[in-house]
Amino acid sequence: MFLVKLILTRTKTLNKSILKRRDLLIGFATSLITSGAFAFSADDATLLVGKVVGEINSVINSGKSEKAMIVSFEKIFAKYADVNIIARSALGPPARSASSKQLEKFTTTFRGYMARKYGKQFRTFIGGEINVEKTIDRGKFFEVSALVTSSLYFTPFDVTFRVSDRSGQNLFFDIIIEGISLLSSERVEIGALLDARKGSIDRLTDDLDKLG
Amino acid sequence: MWKTRNLKIFTIITAVSALLSACTNVLPGAQGADPFEKLNRKTHEFNKSLDRNFLGPVSSRYSSFLPDPIETSVNNFASNLRLPGKVANNILQLDLYAASQNTSRFFVNSTVGIAGFFDPSGKLGIAVIETDFGETLEGWGVGEGAYIELPLLGPSNLRDSVGRVVDAVLLDPIDYILVQPEANYRIAADLSSLLQTRNALNDQINSLFNVSADSYAQARLIYLQNRRFKLEDVSSETYFDPYEDFE
Repeated sequence: MFLVKLILTRTKTLNKSILKRRDLLIGFATSLITSGAFAFSADDATLLVGKVVGEINSVINSGKSEKAMIVSFEKIFAKYADVNIIARSALGPPARSASSKQLEKFTTTFRGYMARKYGKQFRTFIGGEINVEKTIDRGKFFEVSALVTSSLYFTPFDVTFRVSDRSGQNLFFDIIIEGISLLSSERVEIGALLDARKGSIDRLTDDLDKLG
Repeated sequence: MWKTRNLKIFTIITAVSALLSACTNVLPGAQGADPFEKLNRKTHEFNKSLDRNFLGPVSSRYSSFLPDPIETSVNNFASNLRLPGKVANNILQLDLYAASQNTSRFFVNSTVGIAGFFDPSGKLGIAVIETDFGETLEGWGVGEGAYIELPLLGPSNLRDSVGRVVDAVLLDPIDYILVQPEANYRIAADLSSLLQTRNALNDQINSLFNVSADSYAQARLIYLQNRRFKLEDVSSETYFDPYEDFE
């Protein structure tokens, strides 16, 4: 990841003829990272969350409409979050008996639901800023904590991202705000929604499209 | 100030809470033990309707009626009088740094801040360091015990419920000093600060009660995870590792 950033910043000053070579280099670097030639390190985790936070910052301070912001948040989730594992975990044990088609449809709908629900939350940070503070090695994953400062809240508060490469890519799989986990909260929420629909994943997927 | 009778009550409460917590051990996982779920859910429905029919509308009317500077001053006054209780807990926790910071805050705000109506300490960067007897008990090794939703007061656990009682009855130095009518002014200020807090959290509370599919379970999760985070008590693994199912 650091390599990519280095290449990007260095080529900024060069002319267009180098563009192709730059793309090649990026491709090479990315394939190295995803093939696991580089071990996933604390620095990678910090860098990943730095990017996520940077993109969230620019969205919340872009002055876009709520609708446009939510579209941007969905892109951020698609790019940096392990939506597959979050969706599966939110479904709980019923995910095991679901068909792959059902799971796929649920996951896509869930991504939109997440973007709407948490996009609205992030939107309340308008005029504020999120800054990465520290990264802790938790053995199987990294925990990167950031501090949110916003005029709306009196004291800065903590947002922690849990990052892992166990899906084959470096992605975050949980956001913990002041100790409260998105993953835990969605397990409770989706579990309750599923119960109310007598365990029907199809009905849940249809309704989830309107929720969040 | 402390009568021996108080000391006896204090010892008994602490011992009982330790015993109760030991009986209801917290289960691993995110939720904690909830042996009182049936009763808790009834209390939750009561709290929910109380909030919808009374606390919500009253706090919003109160807040729009009272000018903001007055609201803030009254809130400052109420929170200043809560500081000595926090200092008592800081001392019981042997956290002398927090004790001295909260003490400085109390003296500066009580004098320069005119009986606590203003907050010059805040401007000097002397912020309040929050604590309560629940945290003191946690420091003494008492487990959180079963989850309890208290009427009016909302989510809690066995340890923190005991903590609330001790804080209100035994660990509130101001309560020993104040006489009428000041004691009544304090109650009024506390009520005002309660309404103000309720109104500030309006969006979150409404979304919890009206949007969540199971607001009881969601409130329980929020309370337990947030409380453990604040007490830095994440020893009982609070979060899920979603990849574990596939390894």
